[in-house]
Amino acid sequence: MVLISIQNVVKRYQLGDMEVNALSGVSLEIEAGDFVAIMGSSGSGKSTLMNILGCLDRPTTGSYLLNGQEVAKLDREQLAEVRNQLLGFVFQSFNLLTRTSAVENVELPLLYAGVPTKERVVRSKEALSRVGLGKRFDHFPNQLSGGQQQRVAIARALVNNPKLLLADEPTGNLDSRTSIEVMALFQALGGSGITVVLVTHESDIAAYANRVITLKDGLIKSDVRQNPLSASAEMAAPEMSAET
Amino acid sequence: MGILQTLRVALRALLRNKMRSFLTMLGVIIGVGAVIAMVAIGEGAKAKVEEAFASMGTNLLILLPGTTSTGGAHGGYGSSSSLSWDDLKSIQTEVSSVRYAAPALRVTSQVLSEDQNWTTSVTGTTPEYFSIRSWPVARGVAMTQSDVDSGAKVALLGQTVVDKLYGPSADPVGTVIRIKNVPFQVIGVLQAKGQSPVGSDYDDCVFLPVSTYSSKVQGGLRNYINGTIYIGATSQDTTARAETDIGNLLRDRHHLTSGIDDDFSIRNLSEMASAQQEGTKTMTTLLASIAAVSLLVGGIGIMNIMLVSVTERTREIGLRMAVGAKPMHVLLQFLVEALTLSMMGGFIGVSLGLIMAQRLSSNFGWPMLIRADIIVIAVGFSAFIGVAFGLYPARKASRLDPIDALRYE
Repeated sequence: MVLISIQNVVKRYQLGDMEVNALSGVSLEIEAGDFVAIMGSSGSGKSTLMNILGCLDRPTTGSYLLNGQEVAKLDREQLAEVRNQLLGFVFQSFNLLTRTSAVENVELPLLYAGVPTKERVVRSKEALSRVGLGKRFDHFPNQLSGGQQQRVAIARALVNNPKLLLADEPTGNLDSRTSIEVMALFQALGGSGITVVLVTHESDIAAYANRVITLKDGLIKSDVRQNPLSASAEMAAPEMSAET
Repeated sequence: MGILQTLRVALRALLRNKMRSFLTMLGVIIGVGAVIAMVAIGEGAKAKVEEAFASMGTNLLILLPGTTSTGGAHGGYGSSSSLSWDDLKSIQTEVSSVRYAAPALRVTSQVLSEDQNWTTSVTGTTPEYFSIRSWPVARGVAMTQSDVDSGAKVALLGQTVVDKLYGPSADPVGTVIRIKNVPFQVIGVLQAKGQSPVGSDYDDCVFLPVSTYSSKVQGGLRNYINGTIYIGATSQDTTARAETDIGNLLRDRHHLTSGIDDDFSIRNLSEMASAQQEGTKTMTTLLASIAAVSLLVGGIGIMNIMLVSVTERTREIGLRMAVGAKPMHVLLQFLVEALTLSMMGGFIGVSLGLIMAQRLSSNFGWPMLIRADIIVIAVGFSAFIGVAFGLYPARKASRLDPIDALRYE
């Protein structure tokens, strides 16, 4: 089943008198449950593509079908709803709320979805257990290690059961050992039916993905499948056992 | 997201910066507190003035004889003998808006007790005088009409005179005092009235029946009233009418044709009282407006901090938007934060203002008057300030682009 289908997407920015194409006609399909890495040097357009896939930005021209729904022409309010219902985000710098407990950080998307308090807490704790933080519910971000903070952020991205999880350089602020743990977590998620799209410029991180798309100058330069779509499902570990 | 959730999110954000939140509220706290205290003090002062005028007498008019003019030298009011006893009688009987009218003939004289002496004001009057001035006796009995009719040699003493002649705790009723060598039996002591609005002591006085006063102190009854007439109107509203009616009656009785000046003068004390009240009201308004300005400054403080807060929390706003917050959610969050700051400041300010008002009124010995409408207005105004000054930062936050906000350093 195809989750993402973009056709001839162009994103044009006005820089002074010059018009710059960040994306100059990208077409792409991503299957549900796949684990895709988007690579490219800075200025290649990968962040722009990520923003469009994440419904944070709209393409100048072209169409974007997400889960069968055309989202290229939605307004700010509607995009916010799509992000809330279908998407989860993981950022390089975690973006956790300071002096706010792990549970309260995780329940944020549910707050805007209008989920009642009791259910919110239950689901947030479930999500935290799923990423191996079952004993860290009431910890503040500054009481957690970098890897743990990123896992809180992943729990937050998962709590609303998204179709698509977008990760923007998720290991950029982590050492290599915790990077491996976080990447294993992403692989496991891919196996459980969530589509993961990862933006990175490190090839060893991209190596975890089933499919690697490389951008250059706003166009797709290469699109390589390294593992079959089902591969991640076979590798899937249902839950992280070790807590670091 | 419900309003309760929004409120919780806002409270949590404010609690994350307790010191800053408190300092931001301080402007509103001081503003509201000042408004409440100032108005309470103003009202207290007003009540105090009213009380002072009420102690002079209710619905009081004072009628004075006219002036004399001998060889170009003008005497003051009361120097001529233009008011007759018949004038007094016709005021009592013919003017419907007059309830009481009493003569007050006054002299300053030495008063002797058994072993002490004191110089004070001695007044000859009738029982009606005490009704006009709402002045009952504290001990003994009041002056009666029969005392006046029979020319009884009895006296009522003010508390100050009792203090000077007998000592503060003594009971002089039944003893004898001497004025100009004439013995008077003390039949009662008047209730202490305290200071007059101009600072003189109401209680430093002795009252005698007017008949006895004329024959024994003044040395014989005269045809004209060489003193003043105290007049009590039937109500506050009729004082002005009583004033004109008495004026017309006396002009008629004295055969004054138009063009000739009055040969008497009427003082209306309720006019003085209302002028005084106007004064305190102006003062209250002035103080309250100064306080209102500080409330405004408090509001600007809130806007300032909210703007800082929005900038500081740009990434938080970006994240909230990324996970599904709509612009309206962000707007409400910051608006509710501003509103919470100002309302909490308002409530703390009200309590502080009340405490301050109570302290001050007990210091000055004024009655404490808290006006509920002022409390409602002050809290309502601080809420208004929260919304008015919170709106701009909140709009700014809600209009952020999530991509830029997430990347903000």
